[in-house]
Amino acid sequence: MSISRRQFLKLCGATGAAFSVSGSLIPEIVAAMEKAAAGNPPVVWVQGSGCTGCSVSLLNTVHPSIAEVLLKIISLKYHPTVMASAGEKAFDYLYATADKHKGKFYLAVEGSIATGADGKYCTPGILKGKEVTFVEMMKDLGTKTAAVLALGQCAAYGGIPAAEPSPTGSKCVMDFFKDEGIKTPVINIPGCPPHPDWIVGTIAHVLMFGIPELDSDGRPTLFYSTNVHDNCPYRSYYEEKKYSKSFGEVGCRIELGCKGPESFADCWKRGWNKNVNWCIHNSICFGCTQPGFPDKFSPLYTKLETMGREVA
Amino acid sequence: MAKLYIDPITRIEGHLKIEVDIDGGKITDAKSWGTQFRGFEIILKGRDPRDASQLVQRICGVCPTAHATASIRCLDNAFKIKPPANGRIMRNLIYGADYLMSHVLHFYHLAALDYVKGPNTAPFIPRYEGDYRLDPKINKVAVDQYLQALDIRQKCHQMVALFGGKAPIVYGLVAGGATEVPTVDKMVSFKWRLQEIRDFIDNIYLPTVYLVAGAYKDLFEVGVGCKNLLSFGVFPLDDDEKNFLLKPGSYTQGKDMPLDQAQIKEYVKYSFYDDKTTGLHPSKGATKPDTNKKTGYSWVKAPRYRELPHEGGPLSRMWMTNPVLSKHANKFLGVDAKKEIRFRDLGDKAFSILGRIAARAEECKMIADAMDKWILQLKPGAPSCVKAEVPKEGEGFGLTEAPRGALGHWISIKDHKIDNYQVVAATIWNASPRDDKGQLGPIEQALVGTPVKDMKNPFNVVRVVRSFDP
Repeated sequence: MSISRRQFLKLCGATGAAFSVSGSLIPEIVAAMEKAAAGNPPVVWVQGSGCTGCSVSLLNTVHPSIAEVLLKIISLKYHPTVMASAGEKAFDYLYATADKHKGKFYLAVEGSIATGADGKYCTPGILKGKEVTFVEMMKDLGTKTAAVLALGQCAAYGGIPAAEPSPTGSKCVMDFFKDEGIKTPVINIPGCPPHPDWIVGTIAHVLMFGIPELDSDGRPTLFYSTNVHDNCPYRSYYEEKKYSKSFGEVGCRIELGCKGPESFADCWKRGWNKNVNWCIHNSICFGCTQPGFPDKFSPLYTKLETMGREVA
Repeated sequence: MAKLYIDPITRIEGHLKIEVDIDGGKITDAKSWGTQFRGFEIILKGRDPRDASQLVQRICGVCPTAHATASIRCLDNAFKIKPPANGRIMRNLIYGADYLMSHVLHFYHLAALDYVKGPNTAPFIPRYEGDYRLDPKINKVAVDQYLQALDIRQKCHQMVALFGGKAPIVYGLVAGGATEVPTVDKMVSFKWRLQEIRDFIDNIYLPTVYLVAGAYKDLFEVGVGCKNLLSFGVFPLDDDEKNFLLKPGSYTQGKDMPLDQAQIKEYVKYSFYDDKTTGLHPSKGATKPDTNKKTGYSWVKAPRYRELPHEGGPLSRMWMTNPVLSKHANKFLGVDAKKEIRFRDLGDKAFSILGRIAARAEECKMIADAMDKWILQLKPGAPSCVKAEVPKEGEGFGLTEAPRGALGHWISIKDHKIDNYQVVAATIWNASPRDDKGQLGPIEQALVGTPVKDMKNPFNVVRVVRSFDP
């Protein structure tokens, strides 16, 4: 089946009560993505200063399943956590793929870029007998790729490696490109980690229709345009001033330190892990999709008001 | 003599480079280089101690619950609080579910491609060529299982999320217990998922491990290692922590000894840290990078227990606990199904590539079976948590076992803030470089003596390294 961009956007956003399969992209999209995938430019996935959590989150995709993603939808030529080869064979292939598909392939970046100590804080491999720093890799591949998918908080906004006092001088992709004068477009897919639907949905949009509409923080509006607090299922408790004073107590989580009022993402309707649960039901929102996480939202369990911020 | 570098070592968490010297077809020397530094311990300084349990989870996205567990145990200790029974059980269930995820992921998605030929499409090509020994029919079954296991591990994460909020990175593990108050519908939801996972472990994962092992029997002799084993113990079975499902202790130079955390020191002569910080106990530990250090080759420190390198992981825990193995083990070893075989009956075979892989699979079954009982011990509606208040001053430590080995966190608190936080992670033990005395780390030792037939396709090097699940 073919699918229009309009239909795609509608289906990506539709979750929860509207469909029996909640917490996932829906099956109609899978068929469309498979069709569109034939002959698609490859995706290469590289890791800098990160924790592999984004990759693990990607593996949790339900519809499409990760098997469908790997075998049918995305031509994933390089991924350090799943690929078969290692060492020189793997690294040579990465650079050969980038050269062969120059200007066409997409570069998924997980982790921030440690710019301190001439990049020695992160060296992801050996090329032609020499250790390559992640800084060098990003300068090289960053100018060859059609666009960067900055996956997760670290690549999108710096994340924990860039948290005070940022011992390794870690930077997000956008800031790094700005400093280096690299003009390649960057699509941020933040979250610590991002929901698998945000990753798969954004990659699918890029492959099928090009770069999606982005907000002022470089995120696809498709997934990141709604305020968590405004849409929270516990919102009515907030209106009634009924607050949870301890974990597990019924009420709005604001007193426990919830950062939902400053967070934009669709977790409130999408849920996590096939919608079996989500952060605020279980605890609070830490603002992990926002620029400045974690510092801007620390202390994490302190309420916004105590931090001098207004909640509406 | 020939030198070989493998960088990156793929299908692991993080960045690792291996250097080996090969002479006469065997490895004569090895170096394990940790090629990443992020500075978590420096970043944690000055923050609210409670935030540690969130931030440290991002040390490892494959085992965030391990770091969360170590951290909340550390905070419990420093805050002088104890979780209620529901909290202890809830923690065991969240952590247990992530263990199942991690072990299934390791065998099928991180290790299997060293034994099984994947489909002829990216990311399964390119690959090392040559030493794939499975019959084509069995190989095909294994590839199908690779795909099935992707779904199984995803379902394990649904179990983690049921009580932990989401996965990876959980919100439900906090100082004082767990956040979620159990309800009957969530317990049932957890239990029926566990049923499917147990069925997979018993009838697919375990038999396949032994089926694959049958084609690679020589690998029960390869990758011996230092033969010193360490376990901090995991899954407390009672609120006073008198008993653990997987027992603490060490096996040091052939002797069983009780655990004494005071015997841990971290050395840095060959790590990129200030030499003045070498030989410290983690409670007094320091993290001062020295990027241009001449003797340095790794960002990983060299922790030693009783001054000796010790291996951690399923092999250590199973050796310490010595449980009865599954009937699949009887079949593999040709022993009557009615006879009980215990882990130590494997003898020297345990200290090998396949010994570690079999230990992991047997442990996976043991944990899953125990979880099936734990879930029924929860009291619906009863609290899972006690209040956690940050003291003005305090010190604490939290020990646990990550799926890949012994894990400890140490904290000191001043003025309600973190004054020092030190993490000695599982792979820091296993992938450590030489210590100040020049003793090789466990992975380095396991590589020495390993036969490498084909320099272009050094299967055994990556098999040894990945058997530790770094």
